[in-house]
Formats: sequence, C-alpha cells, structure tokens
Amino acid sequence: MAMLTRDDAGSTDLLRLYRQMFLIRRFEEEAARSYAQGKIGGFLHLYIGQEAVAVGVNALMEPDDYFVTTYRDHGVALARGMTARACMAELYGKVTGCSKGMGGSMHMFDREHNFLGGHGIVGAHVALAAGAAWASKYRGDGRVTLCFFGDGATNIGGFHEGVSLAALWKLPIVFVCENNEYSMGTPAERTLPQRDVSKKGAAYDIPGLRFRGQDVVEVMERMREPIARARRGEGPTMVEVQTYRYRGHSMSDPGKYRTAEEVEERKKADPVRLGRIHVLGAGATEEALAALDASVEAEVADALTFADESAQPDEALLHSLVLAPNGDGDHPPPLGSYPAEQHAGAAVDADKVAVRHA
Amino acid sequence: MREIRYREAVREALAEELARDPRVFVMGEEVGYYNGAYKVTEGLLARFGPQRVVDTPIAEAGFAGIGVGAAMVGLRPVIEFMTWNFSAVAFDQILNNAAKLYQMSGGQYKVPVVFRGPNGAARQVAAQHSHSMDPFYVNIPGLYVVAPGTPRDAKGLLKTAIRDDSPVVFLEGETLYGVKGEVPEVDADECIPLGKARVAREGTDVTIVAWGRPLHTALDAARVLEESGVSCEVVDPRTLRPLDHETIVASVKKTNRCVVVHEHWEHGGTGAQIVDVVQREAFDWLDAPVLRVHNQDVPMPYAVNLENVVLPTVERVVAAVERVTYKR
Repeated sequence: MAMLTRDDAGSTDLLRLYRQMFLIRRFEEEAARSYAQGKIGGFLHLYIGQEAVAVGVNALMEPDDYFVTTYRDHGVALARGMTARACMAELYGKVTGCSKGMGGSMHMFDREHNFLGGHGIVGAHVALAAGAAWASKYRGDGRVTLCFFGDGATNIGGFHEGVSLAALWKLPIVFVCENNEYSMGTPAERTLPQRDVSKKGAAYDIPGLRFRGQDVVEVMERMREPIARARRGEGPTMVEVQTYRYRGHSMSDPGKYRTAEEVEERKKADPVRLGRIHVLGAGATEEALAALDASVEAEVADALTFADESAQPDEALLHSLVLAPNGDGDHPPPLGSYPAEQHAGAAVDADKVAVRHA
Repeated sequence: MREIRYREAVREALAEELARDPRVFVMGEEVGYYNGAYKVTEGLLARFGPQRVVDTPIAEAGFAGIGVGAAMVGLRPVIEFMTWNFSAVAFDQILNNAAKLYQMSGGQYKVPVVFRGPNGAARQVAAQHSHSMDPFYVNIPGLYVVAPGTPRDAKGLLKTAIRDDSPVVFLEGETLYGVKGEVPEVDADECIPLGKARVAREGTDVTIVAWGRPLHTALDAARVLEESGVSCEVVDPRTLRPLDHETIVASVKKTNRCVVVHEHWEHGGTGAQIVDVVQREAFDWLDAPVLRVHNQDVPMPYAVNLENVVLPTVERVVAAVERVTYKR
C-alpha cells in the first residue's frame, strides 16, 4: 500500500481507498439524518468533501503511527480503521462508543489504532501532537505523528508553539493543515494575513508543501515525502492541503456566508467521485463497485442499528473515569531502555553550565 | 534525621525518580544548562543528560502540551513552570487536556504528567508574579493538586506524584526553597500518599488549617499563642485536591474552633472549601464561626509596606484565633 502511485496503483488498493471515502461520506450523511432526528446531540462537524485527505494520508502511515486531529474527526477516525459501529455509537452517546459515550462527536479516541483524539480546543492539540512525537524521538521507536488542523487554527498560540518546538527538536511529525477556506463562518481572506499556510513553516525553518487534496492518489503522492522525511528523523513539514467542506461548520450552520454556486463549483472535484473514476480506470467493473457500495450501505445501516440498540453509559462510569487507577508508575521499564540517544553527563558541555550562584 | 533545604528535597525527588524510571524526564525553562531559575534542578543535566533534563524556549503552552502528549503515549514528564504565575498561558493544556483526556477517551489514555514549580508571593515582585494559583486548579476534577510546606513532604509527595498515573499540579513555595527540615536519607524512597493531611502541631483549643508558606505563619502564630496559654493544633492538608476531610474534621471535633490561613484570595478556593467542609461535617462541634486569614482582596502591590499588609501575618492569625476563642 505504501508504494502506491498513479502508475502502479493496483485496483485492490484503490478499491480500499475508494471504499473508505465512500464509507465516510455515507456514515456522515446518515449521522446528519440522525442528528436531525434528535438521536445525536451537541455539535456535529461533518468532514464531507474532505475525505481524500484523511484516507490518502492514512494509506501511507503505519499502524504504530500516531494520529491527532481536530473536532472534525469522524473522517480521520474511520480512515484510521475504527469501526463505523464504534464511531456511530459514540455519536449516539452510548457506552459501546469508541470513547464510551464520554466524548461524543468531537472527542473520538482509539488506543488500538493509535488515534490520540479528536480535540475540541482549536490549536491546543498541535502542541499535544508534538508531545507524542517527542516521546517517539525519546524512545527511538520510529513512529511518525500525523497532526491535522484547520486553516483557522494557524492563528492561535497552541499551533505556533507546537510547531516551533517540533521544528526546534526535529520531531518526527507532519503538520497537515486541511484548508477548507473557512474558519467557521469567516473566509480565509479575512482571517489569514498570509493565505499560503505552507509558508508558515518558513518561520520555523521547516519545509512547506501546498497542494489540492481532492484526489486521493494525488494526496498520497504528495504526502509521501513529508512522512518519509519525518521518519528519517529530519523533522516536520508544514503541509497545506487545499480542500473544501460541503456542509456548514457544524449542523447548526446553514452556511450563508458562501453562495450555492461556490459550493456546487467545488463539488465538481468531489473526492468520492474522483476515487470512483480511478477505480474504474484501474479495471474495476460496475458490478464490483455496486457490490462494494452495497457493502458500505450495509455497514452504515448496521452501525445505526448498533448505536440505536446499545446501552447508555452507566452512572457509575462518571466517577471511575476522573482519576486513573494506579499501577503503571510502579513498573518502570529497565534502566537504559531510553532515551534513544544516551548522553553521559560528560557529554554535556561543562562550560555552558551556569555557575552556581552563591 | 539529617536536615536539608526544601529546594534540595525537591531536587532529590527528581534525581531519584529520574534514576528509577527511564520514562521520567524533566522539561522547562532554564532547567538544564542554567541549572534552574531557583536552582532546584541543579546538577541534573550533568547527571542525566540533555535528553532527560530538557531546556525549552519560553513557550509554556507549547511545552505543557508536549508533556500531555508524551504522557498520553506512556512517558512520565515532569514539566517545570519557572513560576506558577506563568502557567496561566498554559492553563488550557492543564484544564482541557491533562485533566480531561482520561475521561474523554473513555479511560483509554492516562496522562501521568506532573506540572511543578514555585507558587505564591516571592516578595516584592508585584501583581503579575505573586499569584497563589491553587484556587484555579483545585476546581478541576481530573487533577491532583499538591502543596507541600516542608522539605520532607516536598520530597515524599513529589516522588508519589511522579509515580501516579493521573496528572498532578505540584505547588512548591517560592519562599520555602531555603527552608530547612528533616528528610530521610537519599534513596530511603519515602513516598508520601496524596490526599492525606498531616497534623503539623498538636493542640487542644483551636485548629489552624494552613498549607505552603502560610503553614509556617500558622506555626509561628501557634508558638506566640502558646505563651498566652492558647493551645493550637495546626493541620496541613498537603494535598488540596482531593482534600482530606477526615483529618481536618477530626481535629475540629477535638478543638471545637477553626481558623483557616491561606495565601490565595478570599473568593472561592481551598480556604472556602475547608470552611464548607467543617460547617457541614462538624457543625455541632463548633463553638465559634470558622474564620479565615488570607491575602487581602487586591492585586499584590510592589511596595514592601503594602505587601506586608496584604499577605497573612502572624499578627492576623493570632487575632483570628483570639476571636474564635472569644479573647477579643
């Protein structure tokens, strides 16, 4: 999978990518319907229109790699391999959800898939993601952290401090701005003094990369080098993927700040449709695609039923999830396990150590 | 038992835990080459190397976030704020990430991080550098908040905090670093449990509850009051969240009077919480209203004469005790 290019894309791999995108699309369309029916509460931020980004990036990543994203997290969660059941049940606030119903739409987590969360505070998760990458460098475990954020996040301190530290310490992380052109309801021209987000890497002396992200194969081709660079230990890259969300910022947003014509124009480069064209071009038959589509419909329908029929979290869970039960701290790994680069005290430049003040 | 300074006790705890567990690292401004703004981390860089004693730029939100993220994936960061005043710009990382992720992830991600540094007024550094930040943190479920007043407690509680699997806000005393006290030998490995108060001085007539720097003010006041025949019991909660109701209430049931001394402002916070606990759990034992001695309700001034009247003093504690014992 990791070697997929436009030329050698096997139809099986392309089918898998297409299926993931279509699953995200259909999952979210049904989630929107459930929201309208009052089965999902709170905020619901849909990823529809941006599917190629999460799916294309994930296709290049290893199972051990870490993912951190924003509150618009269903797409990344599903691309990462989390089940439609666990994600839908979370939206329904059920104990079978990926976060036991404690997080909801904006806060999906899955330890099994190294998904460190959907995060609700804009930009704060960028520093947190740098922390996961810091741990990888400390341990020398070869993992890469993928950190998604929106164009709106690139104005806030958490973003800048996280990128600054990751660049300073050459952490194995890739920063991916999913620029969908709107910071909630405000267009980028009224929020970004520098519209080219990839240039923001220059301030931290890391490379920038900017491309349109509606075609999943294109996303994979362009993302290969930033991920490889992080894995080689050469540090982060500031990637700006230009994309577009079809729906409002959240379900409560009718999107009146943009025209219907604009949205229709953007839909011409629809990631799911482009994916379908790739699959057909690679030799898949219409029959095979119809069967695949049907399997997605069945998976989403099953997820809805599962979420509907699952139990709500028990009140006892309220108090058991405040402070963690102890145990890990009593079992340190063997000394010398890490840090990866051992520095004996003698390696420290003694001249630079401040003389003790009397 | 040997006597060492509070600063050395904190340093010993860090060194012992760094030596014990390779997952532990210390990160903050000037902790390495500079040897610590308050010399708490002196010598740690030379002993443990720059991977484990990590100097940062001035970016509290950034490196607090690094600590949270590294803790989520299994390391045990000790994040130093040069002073707790500067934690305000990292408050979001503590409130929204450290304290919330275990619950929001349905118990999948623990966040075993310790945030530590000096808290409270340092004398004549004015309004922005003189905060007792504890009221802001004690309000947050998902955190431990610890405020040791003695070298022994500082060492034993910090060791426990580093080994705990939940986030800990560890408030040292900026004016306590030079205070000496008895501490068990290096590597005695004394771990003092979180959430347990300590009776710092036994007495019969009135209970004074105090922590951090005001603990010493309370003990000084108790000595003054002893001369006039008033026997004070001084209780140090040591951990502010969770608060050890049992020890405080048991003392009040014995003395029937209570004065709470603290450095934070009047409105809210642990001081008010203790009064609430005492009135709920020891109402029938009280012979007088519970009084508090605390910072005056103003931003801290620079001028020394004014700062002296803002902070709790021995005289104000003595006066409060005299009021609850109806001697004035």
